[in-house]
Amino acid sequence: MGREIVSLKNLYVYFNNTVSLGDINLSIKQNTFLGIIGPNGGGKTTLLRVILGLIKPDKGEIRVFGKTPEEGRKFIGYLPQYTIFDHSFPLNVFEVVLMGRYRGIFKDYSKEDIAAVINALKTVSMLEFKDRQIGRLSGGQLQRVFIARAIVREPKLLLLDEPTASIDPEMQSAFYDMLLKLKEKMAVVLITHDVGAVSVYVDEIACLNRRLFYHGPKEEGLEKIEEMYRCPIDLISHGVPHRVLRGH
Amino acid sequence: MIELFLKYEFMRNALIAAVLAGVTCGIIGTYVVIKRIVFLSGGIPHATFGGIGLGYLLGINPILTAIPFSVLSAFTIGAIHKKAKVNEDTAIGIVWAVGMALGVIFIGLSHTPASDLIGYLFGDIQTVQGSTLFMMLILDIIILISVFLFHREFLIVAFDEEFSTVIGVPSKSMYFLLLGLIALGVVVLIKAVGIILVIALLTIPATISRKFTSDIKKLMFISTFAGVTLTIIGLWLSYLFDLASGATIVLVLGIAFVIFSFLSR
Repeated sequence: MGREIVSLKNLYVYFNNTVSLGDINLSIKQNTFLGIIGPNGGGKTTLLRVILGLIKPDKGEIRVFGKTPEEGRKFIGYLPQYTIFDHSFPLNVFEVVLMGRYRGIFKDYSKEDIAAVINALKTVSMLEFKDRQIGRLSGGQLQRVFIARAIVREPKLLLLDEPTASIDPEMQSAFYDMLLKLKEKMAVVLITHDVGAVSVYVDEIACLNRRLFYHGPKEEGLEKIEEMYRCPIDLISHGVPHRVLRGH
Repeated sequence: MIELFLKYEFMRNALIAAVLAGVTCGIIGTYVVIKRIVFLSGGIPHATFGGIGLGYLLGINPILTAIPFSVLSAFTIGAIHKKAKVNEDTAIGIVWAVGMALGVIFIGLSHTPASDLIGYLFGDIQTVQGSTLFMMLILDIIILISVFLFHREFLIVAFDEEFSTVIGVPSKSMYFLLLGLIALGVVVLIKAVGIILVIALLTIPATISRKFTSDIKKLMFISTFAGVTLTIIGLWLSYLFDLASGATIVLVLGIAFVIFSFLSR
């Protein structure tokens, strides 16, 4: 495995005096595909927000590309679970993705930026919609535009918070294939409830329920999941056949 | 109509004021409407009443004291919202009322006759003096230059504030700068329609223009054009029928809004 790009040591986050994340030790390496699973309220989104520097940990240490999260996050592409915006906002798809190329005050977007946007829209198969007003897209199309906005920066780490929730089932395998391609250029961290996908596509699994119950290769993880998982037992048992957990 | 504006100096001044107010409608109104901070843009002018009162108390042009008061009110709303983790609308409500209360106290201390205040509360575009026009012009220029320099940041912050932070936009500074510009815009509009009616000029032209475009630059141009045109029509009608100018301008804006709402169905 490659170089360590994110490291969390003995990290704690409290919300209103209750532990939201407790004693988290996690290391994310270059070009890995890490799946984070766990129940709702288990702190998965909080973990991503800590890595992005949007939430300050109460205790512990975090380094992102060897720097503080605020400095390191310029190498991160982020897809939040929900993006709340005004659906009549005067922006088209192209302009939304172009925002991802923001470089700083007084720095206008260049020809390279425009080429990168076209490329990113091609990657998510949304180029034909580039002039469409942003509110006139379906949930799945919107999600792809926001993925394009995250990858257009050519990040070294891509954080995706339940991206499959609003993607049509028939699009999902194409979506995961796209992530595998992106993995060649960057590390991908995927929060998901889709245990089936986790078992097929990811390299490593982290199981999070306020504490990190497991982090390591998926093969061992999936075996251990049932015994040590006080987390998403319900998710494994309903809807997802057990065979996906074994024999891979 | 044209003769009327050429004939009298006060009408020429009013016409220039209408154009300057229209620019504010177009630029600031667009941000107010797309970022959905209409309540905020209603609260700032009311809080600015404190500044008007201070002007009377100190015996100087109330528009001059309105500027720092307006900006300070806007920053206070922003600071309460960001630092004290209070909802923005709660912060606005507090500053709104406290600013007005200060105005009432200042005016009481200065023994100003109540009739003088009507112009600031409901606008009196026909009594705009050259010095006030000059201040309005300066404020418009500051607004235009700031938007020219920071339009990328304002757009990202307005669309998705959290994402703007993640990609390295200094989103807090930009939020406060935008609040400051709204506060300056409010001062530009006070002479035209008054504290109580400012909200109409900040929202109606931009809302009408939205029906025609989803490109922010065009939106600003069309809103400016709509703001200038409708203000001048209101001014002209108020002269013709001897009505209060601020209220007539707002009614013209309201009627235009209704007409365009039906047309675009």
